[in-house]
Amino acid sequence: MESSFVEFLWVLLLGSLLGLELIGKVPPTLHTPLMSGANAISGITVLAALTAIIKADGNTTLLVLGSISLGFALFNVIGGFLVTDRMLAMFSRKPARKENR
Amino acid sequence: MTDYLKYAIDLVAVLLLALGIKGLSKVRSARGANQLAAVAMGLAVVGLLVNYVGVPTFDTQAWAWIVGGSIVGGVLGVITAQRVPMTSMPETVALFNGCGGMSSLLVALAAALEPIALDATGPVALVSIVVSVFVGSITFTGSIVAMAKLQGWLSTPPWMQSRLRHVVNIALAVAALVGAIEMVRTTGGATGLWLLVVASSLLGIGVTLPIGGADMPVVISLLNSYSGVAAAAAGFVVGSQLLVVAGAMVGAAGLILTQVMCNGMNRSLVSVLFGGALGAGSSSSGGGGEYTNITSCSVEECALTLEAAERVIIVPGYGLAVAQAQHTLREVTRSLEAAGIDVTYAIHPVAGRMPGHMNVLLAEADVPYEQLKEMDVINPEFPATDVVLVLGANDVVNPQAKTDPTSPLYGMPVLDVQQARTVFVVKRGMSAGYSGIKNDLFDLANTSMLFGDAKKVLGDLLVELKDLGVGK
Repeated sequence: MESSFVEFLWVLLLGSLLGLELIGKVPPTLHTPLMSGANAISGITVLAALTAIIKADGNTTLLVLGSISLGFALFNVIGGFLVTDRMLAMFSRKPARKENR
Repeated sequence: MTDYLKYAIDLVAVLLLALGIKGLSKVRSARGANQLAAVAMGLAVVGLLVNYVGVPTFDTQAWAWIVGGSIVGGVLGVITAQRVPMTSMPETVALFNGCGGMSSLLVALAAALEPIALDATGPVALVSIVVSVFVGSITFTGSIVAMAKLQGWLSTPPWMQSRLRHVVNIALAVAALVGAIEMVRTTGGATGLWLLVVASSLLGIGVTLPIGGADMPVVISLLNSYSGVAAAAAGFVVGSQLLVVAGAMVGAAGLILTQVMCNGMNRSLVSVLFGGALGAGSSSSGGGGEYTNITSCSVEECALTLEAAERVIIVPGYGLAVAQAQHTLREVTRSLEAAGIDVTYAIHPVAGRMPGHMNVLLAEADVPYEQLKEMDVINPEFPATDVVLVLGANDVVNPQAKTDPTSPLYGMPVLDVQQARTVFVVKRGMSAGYSGIKNDLFDLANTSMLFGDAKKVLGDLLVELKDLGVGK
């Protein structure tokens, strides 16, 4: 656990740094879609929910909590990506060059 | 061998997620980037399932629970995403975000109740569970309160606006801390766990409830960042590096986005979170006073002025979104354009309920993208403009922000609409904007008020323009 814990801390650190660097300048147009898209990604907890179910081995608490958690996470993921796509689809006709600053 | 396959899949998924977030910040690549992130998410799930194939506990019973949860969550997600109107985007994002927080909370609860089965024993797992429960609870209740407030289901009770709320919130934070310590001390004791759950849930409500409507987008963005942190903590609990890295990315990127939004409103994050509603309690100190020179006019006069104009700028705001008047507005501008009048839209960075919200609404109504101008681009153009039509915007066109150093709005970037020849303000009544501050614009000689619901006024305007033969 000790060595893997340190490994995890590195992953946390590098992931945070990456996140800080990823978005510098965002045109105001994209604030809402970006928030919505990032929000969909935070539904990555599907992985945790799936792990809980798979490791349950017949344990009802884990199965039930895992399954509800999976439902919430997928609601977030699928709804989030679809709604973001709906928003962005409305921008698709425009000539994109102008905004690219 | 499967280990390497899993690492490879995870690595590709992380890469695609990072490219997705990056691409979402550019207009040209945004849509593709969103789809890329969705693919990455699918890949991550497949990678996880592949990794566990052959593990004895991954049996039909597990599959049944997986399929069950997936169908319910997935179907509800698809329905919600398709049904929700564009005007309710901010509250929809809040709802989705709250559910993400709930998901992390439930996994952490599962790990706390059954640590051995989930292999979540030891101090690291325990602390991760505490963090996940704490942040997950706050994200969930905070997001739901944000959604309810934006929907108008909830309003802030008076005691929540007083200083008492700080006392209550500090007490709740202390209770959560006590629960956390108790839980670690007793290595996962139930008393500590439930104290932590209840106290942090209430804390989420207590912190979000006093925040004013105008600041809500910032709060949603911040809660979005929290849900990333909750996911990362859940990653520690179940031992998934992919979860940690993705959660950390969303957490950090969300923080940056929150900062960008605050800058747009000239507000600091601290004042958003702890200051309560903008200008509350100090509204008399600056910018108070009565209106002395209000000119109200009829739709007919407005139509006549528009007919004679060459350059018109539309300033859409919150009122337009509430009245859902974007389509009617588009019809009005269509007939103006048909008459050879130059029409552009001035978009303030925080117009509407959320930055970028106006762009989404106007795009929905088929307004050509190149007609939407950002504040810095449009401000020099107001002096050469004949008519400005302000639709349900208030604080973002208040000249006080530039002229009155005592005003709470002072320093906020605003649209210089008063420099145009004529300004029409469509507004439901003389009530103040979010800030509760008097708008000097309404008193100016070149400003006329058109009282009424934006959709109705624009509908009447359309009829008048037709009668005048504008655009046909």
